[in-house]
Amino acid sequence: MTDLTTLGIAAIRDGVRDGQFKAREVAEAFNAKVAAADQLNAFLVKTPDHALAAADAADAARAAGETLKPLAGVPIGMKDLFATKGVATTAASKILEGFVPPYESTVSQNLWNAGAGMLGKLNLDQFAMGSSNETSAFGNVISPWRRPNDTAPLAPGGSSGGSSTAVSAGLAPGATGTDTGGSIRQPAAFTGISGIKPTYGRCSRWGTIAFASSLDQAGPMARDVRDCAIMLEAMAGFDAKDATSLKLDVPNWEAALSVDLKGKKVGVPKEYRVDGMPAEIEALWQQGIVWLRDAGAEIVEVSLPHTKYALPAYYIIAPAEASSNLARYDGVRYGLRDLPEGAGLQDMYAATRAAGFGDEVKRRILIGTYVLSAGFYDAYYTQAQKVRTLIARDFERAFEQCDVLLTPTAPSAAFALGEKQADPLAMYLNDVFTVPASLAGLPAMSVPGGLDKDGLPLGLQIIGKPLDEQGVLNASLAIEQRAGFTARPQAWW
Amino acid sequence: MSVDTATVKKIASLARIAITEEDATRLAPELGNILGWIEQLGEVDTQGVEPMTAVIPNQLRLREDVVNDGGIRDLLMQNAPQAEHGFFTVPKVIE
Repeated sequence: MTDLTTLGIAAIRDGVRDGQFKAREVAEAFNAKVAAADQLNAFLVKTPDHALAAADAADAARAAGETLKPLAGVPIGMKDLFATKGVATTAASKILEGFVPPYESTVSQNLWNAGAGMLGKLNLDQFAMGSSNETSAFGNVISPWRRPNDTAPLAPGGSSGGSSTAVSAGLAPGATGTDTGGSIRQPAAFTGISGIKPTYGRCSRWGTIAFASSLDQAGPMARDVRDCAIMLEAMAGFDAKDATSLKLDVPNWEAALSVDLKGKKVGVPKEYRVDGMPAEIEALWQQGIVWLRDAGAEIVEVSLPHTKYALPAYYIIAPAEASSNLARYDGVRYGLRDLPEGAGLQDMYAATRAAGFGDEVKRRILIGTYVLSAGFYDAYYTQAQKVRTLIARDFERAFEQCDVLLTPTAPSAAFALGEKQADPLAMYLNDVFTVPASLAGLPAMSVPGGLDKDGLPLGLQIIGKPLDEQGVLNASLAIEQRAGFTARPQAWW
Repeated sequence: MSVDTATVKKIASLARIAITEEDATRLAPELGNILGWIEQLGEVDTQGVEPMTAVIPNQLRLREDVVNDGGIRDLLMQNAPQAEHGFFTVPKVIE
């Protein structure tokens, strides 16, 4: 009998529906994988019973002859940024240690409504702030990938590093991620899996622990493009509880998947050719052009002149919003309280936040507080929001000439843990290709393209017009088919 | 851009994060470095450009003016570090 954990979401769904295997067998197989992978530190909480209960419900529904739900029998991993009722939710921060939400986030509820079960809560960069998963208060996530003849632990990317590790190591067929400046796409690229950030407003932010509200979007991470389409259909949808939720029907993305790109134009932005980019990434980008041309697309060079200002604008806007959002952690209503002997209320706030937040979170709150402070607001924050308008306008103009854009996902393959930790700026530069689409709220996807000389995965990014997830998925699928990427990490854990 | 330790302490106080003298000394060059890098935004000509308010055009919705939530006091209190008689409790505040 085949190892059920080698199957993706579509194969599990179809197999359960067709009676090839029981949903319970699938859940048991993945639960066992999760239990045996503690070395990777991908899971903060394991919830095998949740996965089994959903599986039993799927098996019972099938036995009763009911039509199965879209994700019936599919167990997934849940990034620990989504509030899950009755299951500890911490955003990988000490300040939320022990917090058990009495409510369920809309995205996770949507997945349960679709029949999915939960294997556990996935580790991440603290409050989703980081690109390597080294800012978690509960230890680094270790990528299942390694360089040849080298046991040095590699970064799984961030902030959705537990999600990328769980999927690439075969611990879950799919996982939720959230993306503020690249937190789905960069970890997907680092681990050889697929991940899509939909248009801002497609997935409700209600019950998702906030980092930067004008940028945060949930999305799926899975083994291939089809699996991402299936999962995104379940996650997305209008929600009255989120003021920025888009009141639109969720398209049937999976049914409309097509690799025929005839008549489509793919833009290649010349500003994404950055200094010091490894030759292998440039070569993969060129290969991507060849693949999309082969799929029938016409390639056009486009210009996004304000690209170089996207990252500095992001590092004003995101910390500014974070400093405001994270003001709620005050030691009064939930989470950690640090009350030094004889301290008053203000001292309690300061002590609690000093003890509860990690260094990177503090750094970003301080930057955000600074750029929003009296006398600096216009020079930093207002200017950044104006630059953001220009960046969005660049994309609008480019999309007058093309349907989607093709770029690399990240400027390098996975780096070793510790390699970039000493220099926050070097770490921030990891998001150089993913941040612009975030600032413009555009759908964007990373799909594996190949391996570098060390055998580590490299990703290509497709960016689409607002609400054109279909165009993004289709171009990504065309790459996926031609890349034939099947590499998986050898289990060492 | 250089940031001195006095500035770091002032920002930290605004952000309600207690920091030590050593923290301030370590953070000053770090924040200076980051703020220096983001200052390149100043060179972008933004004359006549409106600051972004919404990335995707969206209509603000109105809802019925009715109570649609509430009556869950105990549920809300269950994660409180300290609560008594249905209230969140904090240290004595004397101004």
